Amino acid sequence: MRRQSTWLMLAPAVLVIGVFMLIPMFIALAYSFMTADPYGGVQAPFTFDAYIQFLYQRDFDDSLIFASDYILIIARSIYLAVSTTVICLALGLPVAWYIVCQSEERRRVLLFLITLPFWINTLIRTYCWILILRDEGLANKLLCALGIIADPLPLLYNDGSILLGLVYTFLPFMVLPIYSTLERIDSRLIEAAYDLYASRVAVFRRVIWPLAKPGALAGATLVFAPALGSFLAPDLLGGGKKLLIGSLIQMQFTSSRNWPFGAALSIAITAVILLVIILRSWTAPKREAQA
Amino acid sequence: MSRPFDWRHTPGFGTLTAAILVFLYAPLVILVVYAFNASRMVTIWQGFSTHWFAAIARNSDIRGAAENSLIIAIVATIAATLIALAGALALERGNLTFGRGLVTGMVAMPLVVPEIVVAITTLVFFSALGMHHGLLNLMIAHTVFCIPFALLPIQARLKDMGGTLEEAGRDLYASEWKLFRRVTLPLLAPAIGAGAIMAFVISLDDFLISMMVSSAGSTTLPVYVYGMMRLGVTPEVNAISTILLAISVVFVASALLLGRKRRAA
Repeated sequence: MRRQSTWLMLAPAVLVIGVFMLIPMFIALAYSFMTADPYGGVQAPFTFDAYIQFLYQRDFDDSLIFASDYILIIARSIYLAVSTTVICLALGLPVAWYIVCQSEERRRVLLFLITLPFWINTLIRTYCWILILRDEGLANKLLCALGIIADPLPLLYNDGSILLGLVYTFLPFMVLPIYSTLERIDSRLIEAAYDLYASRVAVFRRVIWPLAKPGALAGATLVFAPALGSFLAPDLLGGGKKLLIGSLIQMQFTSSRNWPFGAALSIAITAVILLVIILRSWTAPKREAQA
Repeated sequence: MSRPFDWRHTPGFGTLTAAILVFLYAPLVILVVYAFNASRMVTIWQGFSTHWFAAIARNSDIRGAAENSLIIAIVATIAATLIALAGALALERGNLTFGRGLVTGMVAMPLVVPEIVVAITTLVFFSALGMHHGLLNLMIAHTVFCIPFALLPIQARLKDMGGTLEEAGRDLYASEWKLFRRVTLPLLAPAIGAGAIMAFVISLDDFLISMMVSSAGSTTLPVYVYGMMRLGVTPEVNAISTILLAISVVFVASALLLGRKRRAA
């Protein structure tokens, strides 16, 4: 294929994503420096107000007062995204290892079962937990029937239910990349370690974990990024009262009508995620060189 | 009763994996069971009934939203698959001296950028241009995020295949077009099918981007269902959710089977 025709064939993908995704990012960046139009949209003049709003509130006499509301929402979002990542890693690593150790046929079935939920509508998957966790839900009904509790427990609309929803949504994102790195492990390395009387823990720490690390890092990025910007779990399982960044951004474009602030928040989480990806690509080659 | 030592067997991991699978699937099973419950009180079982599915079928708002979803998904799937096919061929068989990393990064963007950010940047873009075309806006937005899902299986298949058969065709003086029609395309067909199905499911299931971009006349099915969910747990929501669930499972299972055939071939 000639060079010209190569670019001609790449052109549709590059143009469509460039025009409808990359350019909109820059427009959002520009919007984040503008003044909110109370009817939605933006107007002149250019200002840093949207970013100042992260930390300060403007008082009636136009002086800035420190306000922790938004920074707390951002902190809670990061805390929940990190917790989700850690829980997914703790559950995903043993599951991936278990699958790697199975026969070819069983491996295929198990991988299919782990992959399938990834493709099922997140809206529906999240809604299922409302059926289970709400006051008249299955969990409370069962606990009552067993005589463990007399009154229904408030299982829904707290950080725990949001975390559960996030882990439920993103767990497959962790198992699959870890699996694909572990699958390539040379089993002779593990046999050699056991032949040299290494304990299970030592084999995990010295042989399996170093080899699984790139997959775990990839999985951690794939879980952390969407969890940080998630909308459905906090909205449906957090009841919309406990805001996270995702729902805060969405609000700026609907009820709050503050587009510059919403754009600034989006730019901020995109920056955080880019930072995570850059940090990962910096640390990854060093590790390969060691191995 | 001790078995000989086998490093492939770690005590407890099998139980944990089984528990995770239950964790992943039990909520879906519970939803389906509730959808077939005759009682209006969702949690009290009063016998098997398909009553709620009939109620869904009669609801003209749901039918309208389903039509919108289907039209958008079909257009986005065709557009995204064609764009992805050309892109994958160029990346795997083309002559790229520079820009490969940049192009790969751009194509992966819809996978990495959080959905909410994609949703609001798309909204901002259309509003800055003054584009208020309802369905057309949604078709464009869906095409963009479907591209990587269609591209990945096609690119993987092209890598697997290697270039030897195409080399052979070229040695026999086949023209580039004939080579594509008679050699590459037939070998690639299952992967194109798998990619198209994935794109279709992703488009049909999309909620967040559709919600931000859609306007009054262009509501899609997930956006409508979300509105129903906000009003509370009802048997109708369970029934329509079960239908959406069944559609995803059927399509994805067939795409994954196509993918397996690819490996066997």
